[in-house]
Amino acid sequence: MKRSKQEAREAGNEKKGQPGQIQYAFFFDSSACSACKSCVLACRDKNNWPPGVRWRRVYELCGGEWLRVGNNWVPDLIAYNLSLGCNHCEEPVCLKGCPSRAISKRPDGIVLIDRKKCLGCRYCEWSCPYGAPQYDVAAGRMTKCDLCYDLVDQGEKPACVSACPMRALDFGPLDELMEKYGQVRTVFPLPEAGITRPAFIIKLHPTASKAGPGKVTVGNNEEV
Amino acid sequence: MTSQQNVNKKAAIASSRGEVMIRTGCPSHNCGGRCLLRVYLKDGVITRIDGDDRPDTIEAPQLRPCPRGRAYRRRQYHPDRLRYPLKRTGRRGEGKFERISWDEALDLVASELSRVKEKYGNSALFVPYGTGSYNQINGRQTATRLLHLFGGCLGFYNSYSWACITPATLTVYGTTTTGNQRQDWLNSRYILMWSWNPAEMRDGTNSDYFVKLARERGAKVVCLDPRLTPSAIALADEWIPIRPGTDAAMMSAMAYVMITENLYDADFIRTHSVGFDETQMPPGFEAEETYKDYILGRRDGVPKTPGWAESICGVPAETIARIAREYATIKPAMLYLGYGLQRRAYGEQAVRAACVLAALTGNIGIHGGWASGLANQAPDGGPFWLVFPVGENPVKASIPSFLWTEVVLRGREMGPEDGVVGVPKLDNNIKLLYVVASNCLINQHANTNRTAKILSDESLVEFIVVHEQFMTPTARFADVVLPACTQFETWGLEDGWKYGDEVILMPKILEPLPETRSDYAICAEVAERLGFGEKYTEGRDEKQWVEWMLDVYRQTRFPDLPSLDELLEKNLGVWARPVTDPAVAFEDFRRDPEKYPLPTPSGKIEIFSARISGLGKQAEIPAVPKYIQEWESPFGEEAKKYPLQAIGHHYLARVHSTHHNNDWLREAFPQRVFINPVDAEERGIKTGQLVKVFNERGALLLPCRLTLKIRPGVVAIPQGAWWEPDEEGLDHGGNINVLTSERWSPYAFGNTQHTIMVQVEKYEEK
Repeated sequence: MKRSKQEAREAGNEKKGQPGQIQYAFFFDSSACSACKSCVLACRDKNNWPPGVRWRRVYELCGGEWLRVGNNWVPDLIAYNLSLGCNHCEEPVCLKGCPSRAISKRPDGIVLIDRKKCLGCRYCEWSCPYGAPQYDVAAGRMTKCDLCYDLVDQGEKPACVSACPMRALDFGPLDELMEKYGQVRTVFPLPEAGITRPAFIIKLHPTASKAGPGKVTVGNNEEV
Repeated sequence: MTSQQNVNKKAAIASSRGEVMIRTGCPSHNCGGRCLLRVYLKDGVITRIDGDDRPDTIEAPQLRPCPRGRAYRRRQYHPDRLRYPLKRTGRRGEGKFERISWDEALDLVASELSRVKEKYGNSALFVPYGTGSYNQINGRQTATRLLHLFGGCLGFYNSYSWACITPATLTVYGTTTTGNQRQDWLNSRYILMWSWNPAEMRDGTNSDYFVKLARERGAKVVCLDPRLTPSAIALADEWIPIRPGTDAAMMSAMAYVMITENLYDADFIRTHSVGFDETQMPPGFEAEETYKDYILGRRDGVPKTPGWAESICGVPAETIARIAREYATIKPAMLYLGYGLQRRAYGEQAVRAACVLAALTGNIGIHGGWASGLANQAPDGGPFWLVFPVGENPVKASIPSFLWTEVVLRGREMGPEDGVVGVPKLDNNIKLLYVVASNCLINQHANTNRTAKILSDESLVEFIVVHEQFMTPTARFADVVLPACTQFETWGLEDGWKYGDEVILMPKILEPLPETRSDYAICAEVAERLGFGEKYTEGRDEKQWVEWMLDVYRQTRFPDLPSLDELLEKNLGVWARPVTDPAVAFEDFRRDPEKYPLPTPSGKIEIFSARISGLGKQAEIPAVPKYIQEWESPFGEEAKKYPLQAIGHHYLARVHSTHHNNDWLREAFPQRVFINPVDAEERGIKTGQLVKVFNERGALLLPCRLTLKIRPGVVAIPQGAWWEPDEEGLDHGGNINVLTSERWSPYAFGNTQHTIMVQVEKYEEK
């Protein structure tokens, strides 16, 4: 059984000392992601949600065009994948907007929803620009990626990270990840990083530099 | 003793949630990988499946499971698992069955085996190809052993996976061990992924990861495929959307560029090959067309220029020339062949042409190079796959695996012209099918409607027994269905899939569903009834066979392999032999071709094959590799009616047809027709709409997904979805085999299931 959110908060406190000292984060290497969705299925198996509740999602972005050159079709395409859970933002808009104060942030940065307090109003789902809150229809409560805090508290990595066959996901303190992987925290169609300050670092796919509104769409909407 | 006690509890790490963790091999299908799971159990039930937690090194990388391993609980605990033996009550294939006891079922199977043997002889018995279980104790090899001890059965060779690439590689090199160990890929500077899609078909756990590592060390990667595959997106610097079935044309044009621009390794060709030009034709064949003759068009008047190839393969001439120059000048380089391009009409040709390019560029026998062809792993051919002993088959007749329906219809007329080996002519049609863990009878064989008609005729095949875990389309055609347990519910053992230097143990971690048994145990019971139970089991149960097989590995590839007790005691799950000095295929041959000749007739790389020339079928089986227009092609008459090429790629929703009913995978990978907007717009089709895909052989119905990630003129329907025909024969399951053809390739007698033309239209409800 999962521990209560209170216990989880305390665990975070004990471990990390001063609030705000640490901010756990995900790193995602979009240039090496094949959209195999091992992360998605590892998350589903670990957290046991039925289809429809999608704590981790892989968006397949694609755009560009096929050009007629003589008798041939020649592609000029943009194609990259984006694996997203919850970004456990430094400034979580979900938390700010929650009318029942069901959302909290641990001192290690992990953002959690307390199901007991959640009214199921879905306001966080509306406010989050990353699609992280996932509604549990059966229970009438909101859920979302909890960064596998039970594993993290035992010194392990989240299920999605250790699952990636391409070693394209990583986890750790945000500052350490930035030092290792750089400062990029957004890619189309995600918003400017300044809005919520996501704990999310991305290595861009080479074609992503050409992406933008009207140029790229999500090709697998029914899956995410 | 409960299953969990099979693993020492001290070693099984208990989690804070009162679970035990056991390391075991991921259930072994023909998935392209062999991975390690950490299975968490509580009260005998799997609560969670995690992956490999050993140190992750290049020498012995973690065996991280793909989504199918991650989603395994949904298969293991599926409500539709078969729970007791069934006997057919309706017409064959109708799907009507009644429950019977194990005794009745086994008696029936044993008596039918005896009856058919008595009436027709052993060669009327057949265990068809199939790869649904692959862990030694479950899988078709258990039935093969049974029938061999019963006096034999009609054998088969070749597979539905590698039908053309295996014999085609042999014609060039005399061996299929043409691949370097994968750690050596990191030495490559240039990798052509030709029809190769390791992200989806896997092709050895970690193969995609090794390409990533090669890229990080500076290799440029180019992918040639009609689809912008997941592999191309994650691994390639450039994608070339080649038209399906035209690979040999582009390869020929690349050879043209290398020859006319003098970019090929003339010294290597002179010393290590035969048949390139008139100076090195085998004795007695001096007057025949050389490879250079063909490429330069000296005899047929058609120089195989990039311009010539452009009109065939749909790749601009300048791109073809550039790729040829890159591959010839960036050293060392790899041309890695996938298998999709050889499941085609003349699949042999592209394989041989690729091997010739590897020779022309001198990339054979060197670090970072690649001889192309099948590329089993040097130095020893790599993993064994199956070590369960099937014994000698007293029946010497063997057929190409794909031609079994022909033997049902006209076996007694078949001889070498149909690929029959071992006997001058078959003496029987197939009268009894013993099917284990295979969906090849219906779902995975070509031209489903034809096969269903053949099997429905009870005067042809008189008895069909199927071991299965679910009521698959094949099981629906059984006369008796015997419920098999899953691989978690028995013992097993696996090594790598093509690549790998590991032995992976699969302890029995769950109690089987009450009335289910391992394929081995079922066959042992049948053997008992036939009077040779002791001979079949040699007194061993499943666990004792695993010990016996561990010893096989100990005596061969893994001398230091610990005992079963130690593997269990330490909860190891896997025993790896780290690769610190990766082997390179043909290293000796390259150094000294006289001292270390190839096992070919000439001892050299056979660009021209005298043996093939001797077949006298130049139009379809030329002695040097050529491009030949396929029998269903966008350039043929058939394209007027059916203008689109259709390909059935591997899909992570399933392993072939296994996992079809797994809801977690289905959500992540829905079954769709993938079509380019160019083709969709012409037909007024929008994404998500139901479309009908059809040709002369059948029709299927599926929602479509518009995607830019496929070449216009080509549609993709992932292979393996279960056939669900309605009363009019329209398939609602999305099984591409209602559209595929039973015609086989001319030299390998292999399946050509990717060579089909179709039409797509918006489906209007009647």
